Amino acid sequence: MNPALTQRFPGIRLGLIGGVSLVLLSLIGMVETFNQREIISDLISMGQTLLLLTAVFIAYLAAKRGREHGRAQVFGASITAGLIMAGMLTLLVLLGQAINMRQVFINASPVLFQILIFQQEELWAGIGLLLLAGALIGFSAALLCLLPHWLRRVITTGLCSVAGVGLLQDLIAPILSDWSLLADFTDLLFPGNGLSISGAVGLFIVVAALSALWSFRGQALQTRIKALPPQSRRGLNFAALLAGALVMLVLPQVLGLFLSEVMTIVGLYILLGLGLNIVVGFAGLLDLGYVAFFAIGSYTVAILTSPELGFFDWNFWQALPLAVLFGVLAGVILGVPVLKMRGDYLAIATLGFGEIIRIMVLSDFLRPWLGGAQGIGKIPKAAIGGFEFATPQEIYYLILAGCALVGFISWRLRDSRLGRAWMAVREDEDVAQAMGIELVATKLLAFATGAGFSALSGAIFATKLGSVYPHSFNVMISINILCVIIVGGMGSMPGVAVGAIALVGLPELLREFAEYRLLVYGAALMAMMLLRPEGLWPEATRQRELHEEEDAVRASKLAEGSAGPRS
Amino acid sequence: MPMLEVQGVNTYYGNIHALKDVSIEVEKGEVVTIIGANGAGKSTMLKTTSGLLKPRTGSIRLEGEDLTRLRPHEIVMKGVVQVPEGRRIFGRLTVRENLEMGAFTSLDSRKNHENIERVFTLFPRLKERSKQVGGTLSGGEQQMLAMGRALMSDPRVLLLDEPSMGLAPILVDGIFDTIRRLHAAGTTILLVEQNARMALQVANRGYVLQSGTIMMSDSADKLADNEMVRKAYLGEG
Repeated sequence: MNPALTQRFPGIRLGLIGGVSLVLLSLIGMVETFNQREIISDLISMGQTLLLLTAVFIAYLAAKRGREHGRAQVFGASITAGLIMAGMLTLLVLLGQAINMRQVFINASPVLFQILIFQQEELWAGIGLLLLAGALIGFSAALLCLLPHWLRRVITTGLCSVAGVGLLQDLIAPILSDWSLLADFTDLLFPGNGLSISGAVGLFIVVAALSALWSFRGQALQTRIKALPPQSRRGLNFAALLAGALVMLVLPQVLGLFLSEVMTIVGLYILLGLGLNIVVGFAGLLDLGYVAFFAIGSYTVAILTSPELGFFDWNFWQALPLAVLFGVLAGVILGVPVLKMRGDYLAIATLGFGEIIRIMVLSDFLRPWLGGAQGIGKIPKAAIGGFEFATPQEIYYLILAGCALVGFISWRLRDSRLGRAWMAVREDEDVAQAMGIELVATKLLAFATGAGFSALSGAIFATKLGSVYPHSFNVMISINILCVIIVGGMGSMPGVAVGAIALVGLPELLREFAEYRLLVYGAALMAMMLLRPEGLWPEATRQRELHEEEDAVRASKLAEGSAGPRS
Repeated sequence: MPMLEVQGVNTYYGNIHALKDVSIEVEKGEVVTIIGANGAGKSTMLKTTSGLLKPRTGSIRLEGEDLTRLRPHEIVMKGVVQVPEGRRIFGRLTVRENLEMGAFTSLDSRKNHENIERVFTLFPRLKERSKQVGGTLSGGEQQMLAMGRALMSDPRVLLLDEPSMGLAPILVDGIFDTIRRLHAAGTTILLVEQNARMALQVANRGYVLQSGTIMMSDSADKLADNEMVRKAYLGEG
C-alpha cells in the first residue's frame, strides 16, 4: 500500500485495522456469545456494544489523526474508517452467504450474520443498515473529536456508565430489588433483559450531569480542600478513610453471597499482588515463581490442621504464623542462590522454582506427607471464639483483615529507609551499591517479605477452600498476579486493587468472558502498554518518567506559543 | 601516612589481566589523576578501589586501614565514594530525592540537611531545579547532580570516573572548575580522565596508566611537560 496515501488518509489504515479486529471478534465467537445479554432491552446487545465500542474507538483515532489536516479531514478520516470497517463486516456477511466457512471458523454461523445485519429479514436491507451505521459511527466519532475536552468527557462518562450498568445488570438488579424502597425503581430500570430505554436515557442524563458538575466545580473543590489548614485536611482524610473502611465492612451484607464470593477471590489476588508488588514493583526483581510461596503457605496450613493426614491437629491461628514463617524461609532459601542473577535470568530461575514446588507436592513419593494428586482435604475453618469464618461473607472479613495488615506494612515499608534502598536497587543496582546500599541483604529482604505475604494469602486460601490440590498452584497464578500489577501500575498499592478488580473481578462477574479470559488478558496488556504504560493507578515516580516527554513537548509548545507574538 | 594507598594490585576479568601490579597513593587534600587511553584500565582501577571488583592480590588502604576485603557498601561507609562513569543519576527521582539517596548511609538528618545546603551552594543550578526529575536535566547538570550526590555522604576520598565524558567543551570547563573548588575546600580526589590536558591542569600529581601498568608518575606540571605524555595524550608534537 502506498505509504503517502495512508499518510494523507489516516482513515484508510485505521479502518483496515479496525475492520480486521471486528471480523476477528465476530469469527472467534465473541459477538455471538455476548449477544445473549442485552444492554438496552430490544435495542442493543452486549455483542453489538462490543463491535460498536471498537468501531467508535478506531474512528475516533482516525478523526484525531485527521485533525492535523484540518476540519474537513476529521470527518473525512473517521467516516472513511467507519465505512471501511462496516464494509469489511459486509464482506464477511457476503462471504458467509456464498460459502460455508464453518469448517474452519466454527463460529461463522447464520446467527452471527443475523446479528451483524441487525436481524433484518432482507439481506440487502441489513447490509445497507450496516453501512449506514458505519458512516454514522464515523460521523459521531468526528463530532466527539471536535467537541471541547470537558464535553467529550461528560458524554463518554455517561455512555460508559450506561454500558457498565447494562453489563452488570445481573448483579445490580437483585441488589436494588432487595431494598423495598428501590424495588419499583428496579422494575423501571430493568424491565427484563437489559436496561429500559427510558432507564438508559435517565441514567445517561444523571451521570452526564454529575460529570459536568465535576468538570466545572471539581477543580474549585480540590483547590478549596488544598487551601484548608493541614489539621482539618488531616481530619478530612481521616474521615474519608473511616468512611471507606465502614463501606468495606458492610459491603458483604449488602452484596449477597455471589458477589461476596467474587470479592473474596479479588481480595486474595490483592493480597498476593501486594506481596509481589514489593518484589517486582518496589525492588524491581522479576519473580515468576511467586505461586510457590502461595503453595507453601497453603500446604503448611493443610498439613498442620487437616485431620486427613493425622500428623497434627492444630487450629488455623496456630498454623498461620508457621505458614508465614515457612514462606519467608523459602524466600530466603531461594533468594540466596538466585539473587545474583539479573533481569531475565532471575525470571527464569524463579519460574523453575515455582514448577519444582508444584511437582513436588504432586509427587507420589511424598504422597503420605503432602497428599499427592488428591491433595489434602478437611482443612478446618478459621474461628475466633465461637465465630467461624465459613461462608464467603465471613471469609471476606478474614481476607479484608489480611489486606489491611499487608497494605499497612507495605505502605510503611515503602516510605522507610528500606523502601528507599529498594527503589535505588530497582533504578540502578551499581549506583545503589555506590551509595552504600547492601545489595544482597536489600534484595533478600524484598524477596522474603513478598514470600511471607504470599504464604499468608496461601494460608487463607487453604482455609477458604477447605482443601488444597497441586493443580491450584500452576504457573498461571504467577502470571495472573504479575498481570494484575502491570495493569494496575507497577509499584502502586491502590493500583494492585484496581488491577485485581479489573482482571480478576470483572471476568468472574461476566461469565461470558470465561472462554476468552486469556484473550482479554492479552488484549488488555497490549492496550495498557500502548495507551497507559504506567498502569491504571500509577505510582507517582513512574508516572513522572513515562509522561515526562509529553510534558517536555507541552512545555516547549507553550514556550513557543508565548514567544510567538513577541518575535 | 597517605589518605588512600593502593599497593601492588592485580585485578582480573576472568582470564584477562586488567591491572598489573598497580600502586598509587593519594595524600590528604590532594587531587591525583590517572590518565590513559581507552581500555588502559582506568575504570577498572576505580572499581577495584571502590570494591566493585576484587583484586586477586594487593591491598587498598584508607589511612592505613585495610579495605581490600570489605564489600562495596562497607567501603562507602568508610568514606570512599565513587561518582560512576556516565553519571548514572536516578532518572525518575527529583534532584532532591537523588541527593537524599546519596546520604543513604547517614542517619543524622540534621547533617544531611546541611549537606544538601552545601551541595546547593556549590551548584546553585541544582537548587533551582531541586523539584525537577533527574532525567530531564542537561548533561552538565546531571554531572553536577552525580557529584553532589556523592558529596552527600561526606566522603573522605572522592573517586571521579570520567566526569567530562560526553559533555560539551563549555560544560567540561565548568566541571573542572568544580573540581578545583572542591580541591580548594580540602576534598581528596582521585580523578580518572581521558581528557588529560584538563586533568593535569587541576591535579597535583598524575599517573599514566597503559595496558594495565603504571608507566609514569610525577607531578602534574612535569607530566604535562613530558615529551611522551605530550605526544601520546595531549596530541602535541
